[in-house]
Amino acid sequence: MNALSVKHLLGIKYLTREDIEIIFDSTDKFKEVLDRPIKKVPSLRDTTIVNLFFENSTRTRISFELAEKRLSADIINFSASASSVKKGETLIDTVNNILAMKVDMVVMRHPCAGAPVFLSKYIHANIINAGDGTHEHPTQALLDAYSIRERLGGVEGKKVAIIGDIRHSRVALSNIFCLKKLGAEIMVAGPPTLMPMFIDSLGVKVEYDVRKALEWCDVANILRIQLERQEIQYFPSLREYALYFGINKKLLDDIGKEILIMHPGPINRGIEITSDVADSKYSLILDQVENGVAIRMAVLYLLSGRKEGS
Amino acid sequence: LQPRIILDSKRFLLTLNRLCFELIENHKDFANTALIGVQPRGIYLSDRIQKRLSEITGKSILYGVIDPTFYRDDYRTSATQLTPKTTSIRFSTENKKVVLVDDVLFSGRTIRSAMDALLDFGRPAKVELLVLVDRRFTRQLPIQPDYVGKTIDSLTSERVKVDWEHLEGADRIWLVPAKNPDA
Repeated sequence: MNALSVKHLLGIKYLTREDIEIIFDSTDKFKEVLDRPIKKVPSLRDTTIVNLFFENSTRTRISFELAEKRLSADIINFSASASSVKKGETLIDTVNNILAMKVDMVVMRHPCAGAPVFLSKYIHANIINAGDGTHEHPTQALLDAYSIRERLGGVEGKKVAIIGDIRHSRVALSNIFCLKKLGAEIMVAGPPTLMPMFIDSLGVKVEYDVRKALEWCDVANILRIQLERQEIQYFPSLREYALYFGINKKLLDDIGKEILIMHPGPINRGIEITSDVADSKYSLILDQVENGVAIRMAVLYLLSGRKEGS
Repeated sequence: LQPRIILDSKRFLLTLNRLCFELIENHKDFANTALIGVQPRGIYLSDRIQKRLSEITGKSILYGVIDPTFYRDDYRTSATQLTPKTTSIRFSTENKKVVLVDDVLFSGRTIRSAMDALLDFGRPAKVELLVLVDRRFTRQLPIQPDYVGKTIDSLTSERVKVDWEHLEGADRIWLVPAKNPDA
């Protein structure tokens, strides 16, 4: 009952609602640990974890590293740019070589969707997906939902609008899976060019007018315009995007209701969100970062406890 | 073999009272003493003791609960996933006398992990241990209680079960024989 139903955290898609609730309950306990004078527990002192980052990251990587250190795990950091990946080594070879040195868990970020799922078929270590291409980013979705739960007392029945670059966002997909499993209503909003086809088949409302989306929602999760993934021009200019789809204080004041503002970071200030909104008291952005460490501690703790074959 | 009661409600209350007075003998007005219950089931005992002590002394007593799950040594070998419970210590334990409270003392491993957890909240001047039931000759670590409700001799395969009035309807202690004595 209180163990997760999965051996890896490959995506929210594979979790049940009970799994998510177990993770949240453990997160509560780890948040308390992080308030102590000594913010460290010895639970994973016999575990070695490798952080495999084939793509850049600041927040997620630091957050995972801190979570691992606060559980007393030994850690190895790997970044693709300074490794033999550059010499043409395959993913399975890279990982198997690392695992041969007795590593127990793998935290992986990879630019290709499905890379962690692929890897899970070939290796025995627990895998945690820290973002795979434009597919999933499960720990981000968990900490987003946890932050909503913490601020609003629950997720069930809440209206969440996910606004911006839906097409390139792994945060959007994981959030949709996670919030739907927890019983929230979801709307995605943004320019039609940044909206994936058949997104409504996931059971979400689709809106192209940001103002209408904001009028509808309790929580707005604003996504970053992924400038590095704009292989063709999806909108004429950043200025135009900011004008039509950016969230600013005037727009929120006009609507005149309390909307919680979330952003997975890094923020393009002045593009998808202005500074006065990002730094306002309705902003959950730093709560999200704070909760990220506790969520990742919970995930690492719960997965590491599973014995082989159980 | 049926479960049998080794401490009934009447003697249970007498025992609680006696434990409280033993604490008062050593800690006087509890000015520099904190009571900390060990999760999961030690907290029912510490709740009761704290309440009774406040009644007797008329003072409020520093009180917290501690969950040792993250410090356990059987985390990876236990058959079921260990679920953490709440820890709440809203004061510094630095230079305080701390009384750890648990219901049954068996192998001593829970107390070992609770002491490790406790040290993360500061350096106490002294740590004492109060238990309701001390199962003699079952210790796997050199840990002995300072205050004991009842000392019993039991087989390792047997189980001691403590019932609480607010949960199971009556305060009493059972000795439960193993389901399969050969196992």
